[in-house]
Formats: sequence, C-alpha cells, structure tokens
Amino acid sequence: MITLGRKPHNYLNANYSPWSWLFSTDHKRVAILYLISITLFFFVGGATAVLFRLELMTPRGDLVISETYNKLFTMHGIIMVFFFLIPSIPAVLGNFLIPMMIGARDLAFPKLNLLSWYIYSIGGVFTIAALVSGGVDTGWTFYTPYSSTYSNTAVMTAALGIFITGFSSILTGLNFMVTTHTMRAPGMHWFRLPLFVWSNYATSLIMILGTPVLAISLLLVAVERFFRMGIFDPKLGGDPLLFQHLFWFYSHPAVYIMILPGMGVISEVITCFARKRVFGYEFIAFSSLAIAVLGFLVWGHHMFVSGQSMYAGMVFSFISMLVAVPSAIKVFNWTATLYKGSITLQTPMLYALGFIGLFTMGGLTGVFLATLAVDVQVHDTYFVVAHFHYIMVGGMVMAYLGGIHFWWPKMTGRLYPEWWGRVSAAMIFFGFNLTFYPQFILGYLGMPRRYHTYPEEFQVLNVMSSAGASLLGVGYLIPLGYLLWSLRYGRAAGDNPWRAKGLEWTTTSPPPTENFQVTPVVTEEAYAYSAEESEAEYQRQVEEFARGEETLEESRREL
Amino acid sequence: MEHEFQLFPEQASSYAAKLDWLYYSLVGVAVFFTFLICVLILTFAIKYRRGSRASRGNPSNGNLKLEFTWALIPFVIMMISFGWGTRLFMEINRPPADAIDMYVVAKQWMWKCQNQNGKGEINELHVPVETPIRVTLISEDVIHSFFVPAFRVKQDVLPGRYTSIWFRPTKPGTYHLFCAEYCGTSHAAMRGKIVVMERHEYAAWLEREGTTPASVQGRLLFERFKCGDCHGGDTSDDGPMLSGLFHRTETMRDGERLEPDLGYVRQSILEPQARVVAGYQPVMPAFQLSEEQIFQLVAYLETLSAQPLKSNTLPEELSR
Repeated sequence: MITLGRKPHNYLNANYSPWSWLFSTDHKRVAILYLISITLFFFVGGATAVLFRLELMTPRGDLVISETYNKLFTMHGIIMVFFFLIPSIPAVLGNFLIPMMIGARDLAFPKLNLLSWYIYSIGGVFTIAALVSGGVDTGWTFYTPYSSTYSNTAVMTAALGIFITGFSSILTGLNFMVTTHTMRAPGMHWFRLPLFVWSNYATSLIMILGTPVLAISLLLVAVERFFRMGIFDPKLGGDPLLFQHLFWFYSHPAVYIMILPGMGVISEVITCFARKRVFGYEFIAFSSLAIAVLGFLVWGHHMFVSGQSMYAGMVFSFISMLVAVPSAIKVFNWTATLYKGSITLQTPMLYALGFIGLFTMGGLTGVFLATLAVDVQVHDTYFVVAHFHYIMVGGMVMAYLGGIHFWWPKMTGRLYPEWWGRVSAAMIFFGFNLTFYPQFILGYLGMPRRYHTYPEEFQVLNVMSSAGASLLGVGYLIPLGYLLWSLRYGRAAGDNPWRAKGLEWTTTSPPPTENFQVTPVVTEEAYAYSAEESEAEYQRQVEEFARGEETLEESRREL
Repeated sequence: MEHEFQLFPEQASSYAAKLDWLYYSLVGVAVFFTFLICVLILTFAIKYRRGSRASRGNPSNGNLKLEFTWALIPFVIMMISFGWGTRLFMEINRPPADAIDMYVVAKQWMWKCQNQNGKGEINELHVPVETPIRVTLISEDVIHSFFVPAFRVKQDVLPGRYTSIWFRPTKPGTYHLFCAEYCGTSHAAMRGKIVVMERHEYAAWLEREGTTPASVQGRLLFERFKCGDCHGGDTSDDGPMLSGLFHRTETMRDGERLEPDLGYVRQSILEPQARVVAGYQPVMPAFQLSEEQIFQLVAYLETLSAQPLKSNTLPEELSR
C-alpha cells in the first residue's frame, strides 16, 4: 500500500495476511477494524434515515406503511447510537491515539482491546439479524410496557445485540482508564496530557459506571417478555416508569459519551490550526469531568411529563441547568484560543469551527428542554429531535470527521485531497442546518416525533428538512470516496504534515507497530504552539517564494 | 386547525401566551449567544489568519477572571430560566378548584373521552371556552401522551395509574390532540380534536347530544354490582361506608394512612386485597370493570360526598 521507494517498517505493512489483522492486538490495527465496522453501520443507519426522510416529504403515508416506518426510525436510532456514535471517536480515534499521545507502546490490555472489537461485532451481528428477521418497532428507547409485552417484533434479538455490545464499551473504558493511569511516558504528568485524553478519560468513567445499568434494564425487559414476570407492565403488577428511570440513568450519561470525545478532538484541532496553546487548559479538562459526573444526576429531565412527581422534576431541572456551565466554559475557551492565533482553515479546522457553532446551538436549545414549562410543550416533538441531532451529528459527527481528516495522514501516511475536503465540510454544514433547523420550528408548533403521517400544515418544513438531508447524505458520501481514493493515490504525507505538537506526531507516519523507537520523554506542556513563530516562519516562506519568483523572472529576462 | 404554513403555534389557552413569553425570551438568549460565538469565531479567523498584520504579542493561555465571568453569566441565565420555567410548571400542575372534570381513556390507537355530563366521544372532546377543564387520564395498554399544542400542555397517559392535565381554553375553534408518546404501529394516527365552543353553544350541544350523566350511569353500575350490600347504609360491618369517601383520611390494615382518591378506588375494585382499611376483613372479590365504568362509578361516589371539595358540575349557567 505504501510505496515510497524505501519501505519503512510500519503497522500497516508489518504483515499482510487477513489473520494478522483479525488476531492483531496492536491498538492501531484494532482501531482500523473498528473504523471499518462503524463506517458500515453509519451507512446502514444513514440509509434508514434516507428512507424515512423520503416518506416525510408528504403528510400521507405513501412510501412505506406505518409498521415499516416505525422499524426504520428504530433501526436508525439503535444503529446510530449503539453501533456508531458510542464507539465512533473512542474506539477508532481513541484506540489509535491514546497510547501514542501518552507515549506508550500499546493499551494496558491489548488482548482485551481485540476482544472488545469481537464483542462489538457479535452484538452487531445480532442487531443486523433483528433487522433482517423483520425489524424492531419499539424506538431505540425500548419504552415499556410496549417493548416488554405489546410489540410483536424482534425486540429481544435487538436488545441482546445492544446488551452484548455494552460489554465492549465497558472493556474499552476500562482499558483507557488503566492505560491513562499507568502507562504515561516519563514527564507526561496529568496536566501535560492532551485534552483528547482527558475527554476520553471522562468518557471511560461513564462507560464503566453507566453501561451495566443499561444491560440490567434490557435484561429485565427480557425477563418480563419471556417469563411474564411483572416488572414494568402494570397488568402483571409492574411499574412502567421504573424502566424509564433505569434506561435514562444510563442513556443520559451515554449522551455525554456521544459528545465528550468530540470535544477532545476539537481541542486538538483548534490549537494546531490556530498555532496557539489552548486557552484555559485546566478548565477544559475539568469541565469534561464535571459533565461526566453531572450527567449521572439529570436522567429525570427526560421524564418531566411522564407522571413523575412535580418536585422530582424541579430537582432534575435544576441540576440539568448546571450542565450548561461546563459546556459554556468549553465553548468560550475554544473561542478564546483563536484570539491572537495564526489561523489556517484546512478541512479539520473547518469541521472544528463548525462544531463550535453547532454545539453552541445544541447546548442552548438544551436549556429550553431543561426549563420545565418549555419542555412540557416540546417534549417528544421534533424540537427534541433537532436538539439532540445538533449535539450528536452537528457535534459528534463533525468532530469525528474533523478528527479522521486530521489524523488521516498519521493513520495512513497519505494526504486527503484538500479541496474536496473543504467542499464536503461546507456541504455537510449547510445540509445539516437545512435538515435540522426547521425541526426546531416544527417542534414548537407541536409536531410529535416518530410520526409516520402528519397534518398538512407541517409539510413545508418537512420538505425543507428532507431536502437538507439529501445534501447531508451527499456530503457524507464524498469523504468516503476521496478517503478511499487517497489510500492509493493520495500524496505522501510525511510524518507531520500539520507541524502539530503532541507525541503521536513525533513518530513516523504510519507509525511502526511499537509506536516509538525510543520511549519519549516529555519536557514541555501540551500544545506548545507559538503563533508568533508560525507567523515568522510564514514570512520567511513568503520571502523565499518571492525570491524564487525574482530569480525565475531574471533568468527569463536573460534568456 | 389551519392548513396554512405557520411559524408560530396558535395561542388558544390562558396559559399559552405565558409560556410563549418564556419561550421567546429563551429564543432571544439563544440567538444572542449563537451570534456572539459565530461573530467572534469569524472575526478571529479573519483578523488572525496566517499572514495578517494583526499583533500577536503577549498571547494568553488562561485568565481566571475571564473563566469565572463566563461561568457566572450562563449560571445566572440558567437560574432565571429555571425559576421562570418552574413557576409556570407549578401553575399547570395545579388545577384551579373550580375546574370541571373530563375523563379520557387512551388505548391503541384512540382517545375515549367522557364528558362529565354523560356524552362519550371518540377522538373528540368538546369543551366550553373560558372554563378551566381538568382531564383525568388513564391508559388501557401502553403509555400514551395527551398533547394539545395550541394549549401548550402535555401529559403522559399511563396504564394502571391516573394522571391529569388542565387548561382554560380562550378561543373557540378546533385544535389538534396528538398522542406524543410512541405507542406502536398506528401511533401517528392516534390524533384527535379538541373542540372549543362558546358557552351557550356548548350548553346547547350538551342538550342535543347529552346522554345520561356519568354519575347516573355510575349509580346504575353501583346497583348492578350490588356495591351497596356491603358499602351502603350506616350499619354494615362488611365494608367501609362510601359517602364522604373523598373527604376523609383512612388508616390501612398495615398502618398506612391515605386520603382515598380515584387511584385508591380503582385499586380497591380491581385488586381489593391490596390495601384494606383497618378494621375490615379482606373479603371483597375483585370486579373486572372497564376504565370507563370506574370513571362512572367514581362520578357517582362523588355525589355521595357530604360536601364536595371541588365542584364536579358545570357552572350554573351551563348545567341543564
């Protein structure tokens, strides 16, 4: 794959047999395995979205019947949440980068790391099986008693898939935490860690503490379904709200699994392309932990109109408001990082700046939802759909793509085509806003989510949304195309095309199997960039270029 | 229900305008901060683009005062939003004492509405304008949600447990009733209409359409199931007296004290052994009544109350 005349030893050319990939415990190869699998799931999940956005072009149900529609949005949710978003940045970029960022040879438990990919894949097989064997129609939230006694679809196959995949999250989280604690290179103390490592550390905390609760809730659904034991269905003596408490106790923190690692990527990209040390390092680091911890105390804000007590609603509303503080701190610090920088707008930076804008909107609309009375109106409407897509797609997917572009040269040794990168980044940004912005308006107007048909007055906004979705879909296909193209035809990247700081850039691209020839010793703070130096160097380049032009001109005249 | 394109939902209840004030204030905050961030990003990206002449001396990597400022400002805004939202939330959670009662049973995929004065409706609920209406909700199967966007109110409808919602319509017209909680195959078809009528029209409508009042139907049930054999009169030892039931506190056999309400009556009919009043034997058999029948029985029991705490009848001018 890499032909540069001399063939330096690296993790990609170490061995070409399929077995050497399937049984590799190299964190970089496991990351690539994850990259391939989550990309597959992303496009399957995306395809379901294309279908239901087409259906929603008209108020009537004329493309698919309601059962199919319900199965489509359910699969979209399950696949995107559990098989794309949750593993996306941690399992691909985190796996690839954390050991290199802290100067280690591999993760603390390389075999466990490979195992977690297998567990993820087995879970994925079950989920695909559920899809093929007729689908599931409960929504990704599996609310009882619909899921436990009423739905006649492949609920248990899908739930089993999620149950199994949960263990891969737990193992990945465990691996990252132990690695961060025990395998840092000499001199890499906690406050020299890249913020990407901090945010993945906070994510790991949630994965370890939250995922078991999800597993338990799904197990209880299974017990009720198979043994008719009354847990959630009041007809059998259960309590339907118990499920919601258990489910959101995991799934709210899980929402932060789906954004914190993205915040880590943004900190890396912004500093590099602004040539600035990050503003307020400690505040960004600790705000990640604050978000992770607060995330466990706000699950009841999904239940303001569920029949939970009014006073419980007040407590959950209050704590949810507090989440705004660490989130705001991050946004302001990233923005301040740009101040007095030496900024260039390559593709990863476009994604990062887009992330800040969209995350700000997602966060601010979160305030609407945390405000009790407003939530009563917009709960379970398109407002909520728009809000969490601003966080998860506008936030996490933008960050993921930004990260993939940023570290692509490191992972493959190749450069992606910059022009195409910028075009698709812009297309995704505009397509995204066109898709989801109208949904805020739809939501306040009262259009409930998960509606197969809708009153006619909502059509204009739905058509806008569907139009945006098609733009977004093309925007996602373009990078798939040119990144694959670049594997063979992309320009050789060199070891550090961005002149980025961070230990992962001190080794060759692609890195050797053992990451570093010599264990690095860290002597400086993270992000030791200097905008002034960058400017001085740029001036030198400009002058050199001008001199070159002059010489060229002179030689022309002489001729 | 207009079929034209709209950007803002109609305000059709006394509460709608109050919520809109809060909502549009939050929109203001959101727009302000989004613009602030976008303008800052664009300004910096242009002013500090590589090769620009802007000064880059003395770069700062942190500033404690700044950090506390931009932590404090969001915090203050959040607290205002919290307080304002909570005040309104308490308002919609506390129906006024003079609200008239309606009962709604939700099932896959329809709304069965029971007017206090007897008229049963499917997927439609007629209500008089400028009158506080309290709707008591229960589901026969899965969780549904009673959502009237024009009134800005929503409440999940649970199986096996009562919830309630109230509103005071201010504008005659027909408004959407949506099921907002995903409830299975035909969830999107579980839509209904709230018809708000002028008071005199409503009275005429009742006159025209009205059947036996719920309390009378309840009384028929009471007699049919011979409830009075054990619970009637003053002398029976078999079961507690039912007159004035909703105005006293009862002690259960296990020492629990409770004020009997709709939920307690429902449980006592469907599973009589669950919570038995102290001093009585658990001898009552279970009765398989439908949710509508329970509503009717309760309407009758309320007429037995010595002095009603809340009025369950229409204001005088409306009653027949």
